Amino acid sequence: MTGAEMIIRALLDQGVDVVFGYPGGAVLPIYDAIFGQNKLRHILVRHEQGAVHAAEGYARSTGKVGVVLVTSGPGATNAVTGLTDALMDSIPIVCITGQVATHLIGNDAFQEADTTGITRPCTKHNYLIKRADDVARVVHEAFYVSRSGRPGPVVIDMPKDIQMAKGKYVGPEKVVHRTYQPRVKGDSAAIERAVKLIADAKKPVFYAGGGVINSGPAASKRLIELARLTGVPVTNTLMGLGGFPGSDPQFIGMLGMHGTYEANLAMHDCDVMVCIGARFDDRITGRLDAFSPKSKKIHIDIDPSSINKNVSVDVPIVGDVGSVLEDMIAIWKRDGLSADKNALKAWWKKIDEWRGRDCLRYEQTDSTIKPQYAIERLYAMTKDRETFITTEVGQHQMWAAQFYKFESPNHWMTSGGLGTMGYGMPAAIGVQLAHPDALVVDIAGEASILMCIQELSTAVQYSLPIKIFILNNEYMGMVRQWQELLHGGRYSESYSAALPDFVKLAEAFHAKGLRASRPEDVDGLIEEMLNTDGPVVADIMVDPTENCFPMIPSGSAHNEMILGAADVNRREVSDAGKALV
Amino acid sequence: MPQPEKRARRHTIAVLVDNEAGVLARVIGLFSGRGYNIESLTVAETDPSNYRSRITIVTSGTPMVIEQIKAQLGRLVPVHKVRDLTTEGALVERELALIKVAGKGEPRVESLRIADIFRARVVDSTNDSFVFELTGSSEKLNAFVELMKPLGLVDVSRTGIVAISRGADAL
Ligand SMILES: Cc1ncc(C[n+]2csc(CCOP(=O)(O)OP(=O)(O)O)c2C)c(N)n1
Ligand SMILES: [Mg+2]
Repeated sequence: MTGAEMIIRALLDQGVDVVFGYPGGAVLPIYDAIFGQNKLRHILVRHEQGAVHAAEGYARSTGKVGVVLVTSGPGATNAVTGLTDALMDSIPIVCITGQVATHLIGNDAFQEADTTGITRPCTKHNYLIKRADDVARVVHEAFYVSRSGRPGPVVIDMPKDIQMAKGKYVGPEKVVHRTYQPRVKGDSAAIERAVKLIADAKKPVFYAGGGVINSGPAASKRLIELARLTGVPVTNTLMGLGGFPGSDPQFIGMLGMHGTYEANLAMHDCDVMVCIGARFDDRITGRLDAFSPKSKKIHIDIDPSSINKNVSVDVPIVGDVGSVLEDMIAIWKRDGLSADKNALKAWWKKIDEWRGRDCLRYEQTDSTIKPQYAIERLYAMTKDRETFITTEVGQHQMWAAQFYKFESPNHWMTSGGLGTMGYGMPAAIGVQLAHPDALVVDIAGEASILMCIQELSTAVQYSLPIKIFILNNEYMGMVRQWQELLHGGRYSESYSAALPDFVKLAEAFHAKGLRASRPEDVDGLIEEMLNTDGPVVADIMVDPTENCFPMIPSGSAHNEMILGAADVNRREVSDAGKALV
Repeated sequence: MPQPEKRARRHTIAVLVDNEAGVLARVIGLFSGRGYNIESLTVAETDPSNYRSRITIVTSGTPMVIEQIKAQLGRLVPVHKVRDLTTEGALVERELALIKVAGKGEPRVESLRIADIFRARVVDSTNDSFVFELTGSSEKLNAFVELMKPLGLVDVSRTGIVAISRGADAL
């Protein structure tokens, strides 16, 4: 077999059914091999960044590895943003990049880039294949590395002469990795100690992140079971939404910079914190030296480098979240443990008081559409069918996280760690391909959507009925909000001037365009959007001045959150805080 | 919350890696990308039949940073083993230097006399130069180099530290 044929064969043997890609000189032999078969479906994107985000959407909504194929040089460099995004959010991706022929490497040949050099810091691992006999092994290894342990993107750089050379194929079962064997099972002594701490806790909280999603649906079920057994309140990170049911009474909302009052105060005041597949990111902790000062901390993570990185913990447990939760449940049942009922009752009373502040409250007037209202209506009108939500980055993303409730994992895709504007539409394309009959909505901002707008063409080509729900506030709202709070209202370059007419833009792409400008039009718009078979761009003109609250300003502690506009002036943000992102 | 120790200390870390292309770049990129410092780094293949190389890194940091460095190294895909030799019992550390001294007359004789005291070997000599080979702790090497400065020191090449644990156990 040629190198190119072995690539296709290896992908098929790995169970791949769809590849997101864009051709070019350095991958033509692989495209030739794609042409000669019909098992592997190739989706032609319009920009390589879109290919990676689409693969991310595919991966995150299925739990499988997403696959990307791009050419050398500009194809590879265009993929870098997506790869970095996947690295930050632990999304399994295998990205095959073409490369100039081996004898030309290092000569500044046409469309040569040092792809392994450029992508080394933004991948979990990468390979440059130098012998045709290595092709199959490297592909199988790449899939193994990508999905095992903490998942992440892997690049395979493949010179053109290797694609054309003949080599020997080996199947996946023949490939065992020499060094990479991540630990799945948690240390049993540590797990025993953790369970004891939970049983003795008076004010416990479960803080669960994307690790619960990555571990698989079973981890989610176990989280629910452990929460039921113990009666402990659960909060999710942005990446963890859906890992615990959003409408469950034990759910206290998202935590962090734009998290709920009750979640952040519970984190601040708790006496035992169980961090389950999350990483104490700065959006979560706020000011580190004031972070949850009174709690004993238990941290479950499959990546040892996440433990004791930002916050030092009392009980570290390295292992797969699903496996560790299963062990915890078994110990709880074995010992017939029960929580301190009275203490928990008092704790829940406190939490209910905080809940009573109704921190997500907003006022919908007759004249302008509030962005929160638009999302609430979208939620009400779509919650009874299988719906996947993707987002872009900005205020709309935070409102989506606050107002759309996710009942199960893998239904929420957002760019958390990198915060990549332009993520949402290609991600929606990837999700829709994996779930052809489901509803897929990209909740977008008018600025973000323009960053990967070209992918609308992809959606139209493959008749993917994604719905792009633009909350058009005519501002880079999140930037404007920070300028308002931290830079004296000097709105430097954050106005979205010269916006296209999104309805006409949709039509130019052969998609459907809709617009709503008044609150009473919102339901009608959503209904028409849902009743349209193909891709839709919905332009919802929302209040341009609305800000996203609650908010923990950077450099502040959890108990220093701003609850709403009236609260803003009470809080001075220090210069050190302003220096943070 | 346990109060983490804040003082930075020097640590010698041994890393066993698969000797594949780019592995050293991964290790160095990790240190520069995450802002850890490298005081010294040495690498060579130690087990050709198994494609294994051993990297010895001298770095400094608070215990929390050192723990991070080890965890970050450990998760690089081609890494087999990471050991903090400084905290895991006694160790032997050595460095080798080649030191060139040029001159004639009394300084030349003096350099030879000091070399003898330090047990440095002469590995090259011309009418007006010596190359000394010296092995030992970094401090010893520093001291020797200082003494050679007024005697015509022209060039120094050092290996950086290699280290191994004392006793019978392998890494
Ligand atoms: C690629 C990229 N560039 C810049 C930013 C910084 N940024 C964060 S939010 C934002 C504004 C987004 O505006 P819009 O999409 O209209 O969303 P809104 O906040 O108005 O809801 C910008 C520029 C980013 N996150 N990503
Ligand atoms: Mg906007």
